[in-house]
Amino acid sequence: MKRRTLLASAAAALALTTGAALADGHEKTKVGFVYVGPIGDGGWTYEHDKGRLAVEAEYGDKVETIYQESVPEGADAERVITQMALSGADIIFTTSFGYMDPTINVAKNFPDVKFEHATGYKRADNVSTYSARFYEGRAIQGHIAGKMTKSNKIGYIASFPIPEVIRGINSAYLHAKKVNPDVEFNIVWVYTWFDPAKEADAANALIEQGADVILQHTDSTAPQAAAQKADGVITFGQASDMSEYAPMPRVSSIIDDWAPYYIARVGAVMDGTWESKDTWDGIGAGMVAIGEISDAVPADVKEEALAMKAALADGSYHAFTGPINKQDGTPWLAEGETAADFGDDGLAGMNFYVEGITAEIPN
Amino acid sequence: MDLGGISITLLLASLMVAATPILLAALGELVVEKSGVLNLGVEGMMIVGAICGFAIAVESGSAALGFVAAAIGGALLSMIFAILTQYLLANQVATGLALTLFGLGLSSLLGQGYVGIRPPAVEKLNLGALADIPFLGPVLFNHDLMVYLTLLLCASIWAVLRYTRAGLILRAVGENHDAAHALGYKVVRVRIMAIGFGGACAGLGGAYLSLIRVPQWTEGMTAGAGWIALAIVVFASWRPLRVLLGAYLFGGVTVLQLNLQAAGFAIPVEVLSMSPYLITIAVLVVMSAPRKGGRSRAQLSAPACLGRPFHASQ
Repeated sequence: MKRRTLLASAAAALALTTGAALADGHEKTKVGFVYVGPIGDGGWTYEHDKGRLAVEAEYGDKVETIYQESVPEGADAERVITQMALSGADIIFTTSFGYMDPTINVAKNFPDVKFEHATGYKRADNVSTYSARFYEGRAIQGHIAGKMTKSNKIGYIASFPIPEVIRGINSAYLHAKKVNPDVEFNIVWVYTWFDPAKEADAANALIEQGADVILQHTDSTAPQAAAQKADGVITFGQASDMSEYAPMPRVSSIIDDWAPYYIARVGAVMDGTWESKDTWDGIGAGMVAIGEISDAVPADVKEEALAMKAALADGSYHAFTGPINKQDGTPWLAEGETAADFGDDGLAGMNFYVEGITAEIPN
Repeated sequence: MDLGGISITLLLASLMVAATPILLAALGELVVEKSGVLNLGVEGMMIVGAICGFAIAVESGSAALGFVAAAIGGALLSMIFAILTQYLLANQVATGLALTLFGLGLSSLLGQGYVGIRPPAVEKLNLGALADIPFLGPVLFNHDLMVYLTLLLCASIWAVLRYTRAGLILRAVGENHDAAHALGYKVVRVRIMAIGFGGACAGLGGAYLSLIRVPQWTEGMTAGAGWIALAIVVFASWRPLRVLLGAYLFGGVTVLQLNLQAAGFAIPVEVLSMSPYLITIAVLVVMSAPRKGGRSRAQLSAPACLGRPFHASQ
């Protein structure tokens, strides 16, 4: 065979295979997920993976999903996302705040791939953002916490000083304070989303300091296990129901339900209607659910909590309703005013504590 | 005893618990490295030990059986490394890294049915009157059996390495495997035994996490403890009693920073969070500083054949 014919036939073969692959690619929509923890963490990543499975259940053979677990938030994330885009993914969900810049960077190189970043604020033509109003759930937790604490000391295991976490602390604090003026918050920053041993140690340190309620913004159930060992300490499920620890120490929970969103967005890619947008839904839209309030909570408190849930859901109550001052005493919201989502003092970029919290936000 | 709202007693007591898993893993790795083998798979062996121990403890209802299973699980996994590096002469660094990845995957497979289950409780040892001694009682004599067994293990390893023939052979194999071979010692056999021992210790460390310290099973729950154990061996310049010091220092700073925060100290959290690593680096720098002869202390104390493959034909 002459070299030219060899080359020509090789080129033809290549065209055939790539053509076939393209045709195939159009048949099956490939959906990628990048997770910050293991899918068995029982919390954040576990719920995102449930959303992925829901996408598979909804579309069956028409989709193919791929995922990567325990991806560090940093240079590695960019590599993983690039790899996923190269492998032919049509849409990629990056499910942690720290993937924001890597997602934007990779999206620039792959204009035909759709990207969805969870809990971030940077968008592009092919990058959407989505998050849930967890702070609505935390308002309910704060109410229960304020009513149930006997030592008036509430421990809070915080992950990273980002707006989402600070918002959660403020929301829980405001609603605990409202029903119990003596309440104090002890906040411990662990600088990790997932490290069961460290989370357990943090919970123990808080309990030793007298906290009898532990709130957490980390992903494992280790604080529940720690609270179980100490007597009379209550906790709440975070991201997932964590009902295996009910009725004590877990008395209720915030559950993230990503499935409807993922199904809708993958569907939009399939029928070509996908466009970049920002989604931020709460209890009303079902993106945030409240796990069953257990019998360890007195009936009247449970009733108040459910009433608050209903009011948050139908929009008649906003978790940040004035008067609220910032930590340094400057006014933030006037009487009856509710917080804006965006803007200088908006919820999306919240970087201050409200009045009454004695700690400082690490920079 | 109180210091600015932090109970020193409770702090020291929780330090001993926090340090035990890394101490166990580091002691095992110390023996492995003393025999001249570098096994970077500690994290993998730990997490396999964590799930083996957890699963058996839950199924049998006995935490003691769980610990036995964890040691066996860790040792079995380390045998993969042993066969690859000692018989097939695979690269030790690459094989160790692969062992970690394999262990993480294997453990999440094994752990599928164990998420959210409570393990049988491990009771604290009843030491009677000793536990009533003020200050010392709650700090030293109010723990579970594993804490004391780990301390005993540390002392035993020190004594065996220093005073016994077995320890001498192990060190000879690690310092100069050709000479040891010429003297008729079975280099490969000694190293395989050391690797198995290291695997068992790492497995126990993992089970201590899943059965006592956390206690529950979650994927990826070792969260880097195995890597810290590796660093502590270097930090300790391959000496068992310094391994103890390193593990307690690391465990102590970790627990202290969480307690300082909980007590409301206005110290920058980032500094506190990285302090264990900063201290480790600082000590490593001091130890690596050149001495008179031009060789550093760390180099002087590292086993001379560390990481070098051995085959009788060479």
